[in-house]
Amino acid sequence: MRTTNPSHLGDSVEVTVSINGTSHTHDVEPRTLLVHYIREQAGLTGTNVGCDTSSCGACSVHIDGEAVKSCTVLAVQADGCEIRTIEGMAAADGTLHPMQQAFMENHGLQCGYCTPGMVMAASSLLLENPNPTEEEVRLGLEGNLCRCTGYHNIVKSVLAAASAGA
Amino acid sequence: MTVIDETITDGSIGGGNRVIGQRMLRKEDPALLTGEAVFTNDMKVPGALHLAVLRSPYAHARILSVDGSAAAAMDGVRAVYSGADLQSLWAAPMPCAWPVTDDMKNPTHYPLAVDTVHYVGDGVAVVLADSDAIARDAIEAIDVQYDPLEAVIDLEDALSDRVIVHEELGTNSSYTWNLLVEEQEGDVQRAFDAAAYTVSERYVQQRLIPMAMEPRAVVAMPQPFGGDMTLYSSTQVPHILKVMTAITLGIPEHQMRVVAPAVGGGFGAKLNVYAEELLCVALARKHGTPVRWNEERSENAVATIHGRGQIQHMELAADSDGRLTAVRVRLIGDMGAYLQLVTPGIPILGAFLYAGVYELPKAYDFSCTSVFTTMTPTDAYRGAGRPEATYAIERAMDSLAAQIGIDPLELRRRNFIPTASYPYEAFTGLTYDSGDHDAAATMAEGLLDYAGLRARQATQNVEGATKRLGIGVASYFEMCGLAPSRVLASLNYSAGGWEAATVRILPTAKVQVVTGTAPHGQGHETAWSMIAAERLGIDPADIDVLHSDTAIAPLGLDTYGSRSLPVGGVAVAMACDKVIDKAKQIAAHQMEASPDDLEFVGGVFRVVGSPDKEMPLAAIAFEAFTAHNLPDGLEPNLEAQVTYDPPNFSWPFGTHMCAVEVDVETGDVEVLKYVAVDDCGVQVNPNIVDGQVHGGVVQGMAQALYEGVTYDSDGNLQTSTLAEYLVPAASDVPPITLGHTCTPSPTNSLGVKGVGEAGTIGAAPTIMNAVVDALSGLGVHDVPMPASPLNVWNAINRARDNNANPTAQNNHGGNP
Repeated sequence: MRTTNPSHLGDSVEVTVSINGTSHTHDVEPRTLLVHYIREQAGLTGTNVGCDTSSCGACSVHIDGEAVKSCTVLAVQADGCEIRTIEGMAAADGTLHPMQQAFMENHGLQCGYCTPGMVMAASSLLLENPNPTEEEVRLGLEGNLCRCTGYHNIVKSVLAAASAGA
Repeated sequence: MTVIDETITDGSIGGGNRVIGQRMLRKEDPALLTGEAVFTNDMKVPGALHLAVLRSPYAHARILSVDGSAAAAMDGVRAVYSGADLQSLWAAPMPCAWPVTDDMKNPTHYPLAVDTVHYVGDGVAVVLADSDAIARDAIEAIDVQYDPLEAVIDLEDALSDRVIVHEELGTNSSYTWNLLVEEQEGDVQRAFDAAAYTVSERYVQQRLIPMAMEPRAVVAMPQPFGGDMTLYSSTQVPHILKVMTAITLGIPEHQMRVVAPAVGGGFGAKLNVYAEELLCVALARKHGTPVRWNEERSENAVATIHGRGQIQHMELAADSDGRLTAVRVRLIGDMGAYLQLVTPGIPILGAFLYAGVYELPKAYDFSCTSVFTTMTPTDAYRGAGRPEATYAIERAMDSLAAQIGIDPLELRRRNFIPTASYPYEAFTGLTYDSGDHDAAATMAEGLLDYAGLRARQATQNVEGATKRLGIGVASYFEMCGLAPSRVLASLNYSAGGWEAATVRILPTAKVQVVTGTAPHGQGHETAWSMIAAERLGIDPADIDVLHSDTAIAPLGLDTYGSRSLPVGGVAVAMACDKVIDKAKQIAAHQMEASPDDLEFVGGVFRVVGSPDKEMPLAAIAFEAFTAHNLPDGLEPNLEAQVTYDPPNFSWPFGTHMCAVEVDVETGDVEVLKYVAVDDCGVQVNPNIVDGQVHGGVVQGMAQALYEGVTYDSDGNLQTSTLAEYLVPAASDVPPITLGHTCTPSPTNSLGVKGVGEAGTIGAAPTIMNAVVDALSGLGVHDVPMPASPLNVWNAINRARDNNANPTAQNNHGGNP
């Protein structure tokens, strides 16, 4: 169900995006953030919202192959883009993405709320820098907050994934 | 590739068990790693109305009028209510379960304010609408007229009663709680009079925002004709919430069900009964339709409890060797605007730890006065009273060492409770179960290279040095595993501290473990499977752990206070033993042997001395199901339930050490190395233990270096978003070197203790001792938390001024 209030928000706009290889077309309010589009219109709730200042990174997804905080983008800006969310990381046969596997093997998550964003940011980081130092991993993930792990095992997970050639 | 330190252990962490002690990967992870896990706000609820709360922009004001007519007229808005409109829905005010004294003052607190608001964020009105966006738009259209009153944001100001927060109480003091322990009247004063050394310090525990990454969320689902109500909430305490919702809303308890779906962290902040939970349930009932609410982050900063908030006056008396002879503590506790679920009890939980891990004769004088202010209510935040207490004793021990002129580690060793005296009856009357403080300290000393760093410090911290090296040490007890019910009774707590478990072996020999704990990141599904696997001789993969739904796990007291393993996990082990006892009767009957002649090893019953006669648990499970051939009178099931009330708290302990470098020109603090040696007895899953310590350490480090709530003089929260409140990122913290010694607890058959809060308890004093140690050559005696560049720089400059003009004020760092 759309949630427009046209009296002061203007007409809705049609947006078409590909999410995890599936094409989605919806009418959205112009003010709709991409994260709300993904969660509410596309129904993919693996992408979490952790703040309202684009500080926490819980909503990180890939847009055209690069990690982006999906709360920093309007859905209309993503029109025509290829989006990948956490639901699109594991293979069709259920095999976890190497980054997901590394997080599992290194206890890189506890409550798991920041995890989807962390996995998306970390996998994007390794695309840019396949063999980062510990320091580079810490700096590369500074836009993603975690309150449970103290980051130790997250960094360890990303280094392990890099080492495994993820 | 960079390698991160592996954990160092003394080799006995698993207690010689088969499954227990293994670094088993977590069962929880695949769902969390793939987006499959359902957090409360992920639930798809057709037809739900969305609740939004209009919150007071004033810290203290009378409500003159609330006009919701413009909001009610907006498209998609279904209802607008003020606090006065909803008064008839509450059978009782919001609950406070810990009236610490009989004369404690507790202002009446309803989910929405009616006449007066008492903090920025106090709920004033609500909207129900077809979408979250419409509801949030509509609250902007509600017109509320206020008559502003003065804010009270300073604890000493609050204590003066200059402005009374709750007029009807006549004072801002909620209670004064005393604990005076003396062999003979006057012992404490005599000890101070006779002391070779005394220390007197004032510390401020700044307010903190717990900031679980998942903000709170609520869905209330009524069954208008059947009468049942299901509350889904991002809570740590579904069982407590069920009882409290029933009482507060007058819903028969048997018709109330609470479910905590996947919960994204809690840290104590979700150990509560919140206005929005009660509002959703009450309005779902009233409208006969589901009602949901989702907290925004900036809303979380005002509407979810804060932690800490204390002023501590700490005094030590010591003899000429530096041995403690008396401790005197005076606290002012910041309750905030109202008493939430356990608000008043938080400073009291620390009252038993102000002598730390040290021997103290019966010469202890503790008093806490807690006050109301016009700020968000405080309540439990990771450690809850114990980090504050540990901070005070560990900072004061460093002051004492400096005064005597001995190494702070040496001073601690002189005062450690000796290993041989365990179990140790402390001055408070509590018995500490087991400990070896010197072993933990020695391991930490080696992992840090304490001696090497002290040598480097002597050459580095010379006159004119810009970067000064500081070394910090802190030893601690966690005091957790809440808690023996009778001890809670003596503290006026309104509930018990037991935990329940059911172990059910299904006909096909798969196992259900039902627990009353409510994990939200701690990995109970994995750890309880391991405990049951160990006891039953079954693969952990064949065990399912059911939790956090009061319809499935009706008995429980939930997860907080590092209680889950030493209370709930022990209950699981006991329920396994009870099932094995029953299975043994079936096995004995079918093998025509006496139960006394059977042994149970690796999941198989054998007749001792007749190795060919055996019966696996799997076969017995099916026999219990068919009931074709059971002993007379035996009920046909293989299930046992245990409710376990622990005989004692759990007393994990340890020593943390770190090295920091402080830039005296910029005030910047860099943590060069951090070592945490924690002894939590036998470890069920060392991965999970390590993770708890890592995360705890960083939360303690965050208090020491980064985080702190600030309000302006009008009571406006200035740190209401993650852009202003500095939760550290990966780049702000170092890797953490862990060590573990293993001193099993003698109070339970697993030998386990708790671990959830240990890291946080140890970290803040360790870091701050290092920061002050780095600056001691400049005459700096204290730095207020957080040791931000500004606070450090101010402390250095104040010390310089004092050095130049020694008759001026003392050189304490001052307080924010």
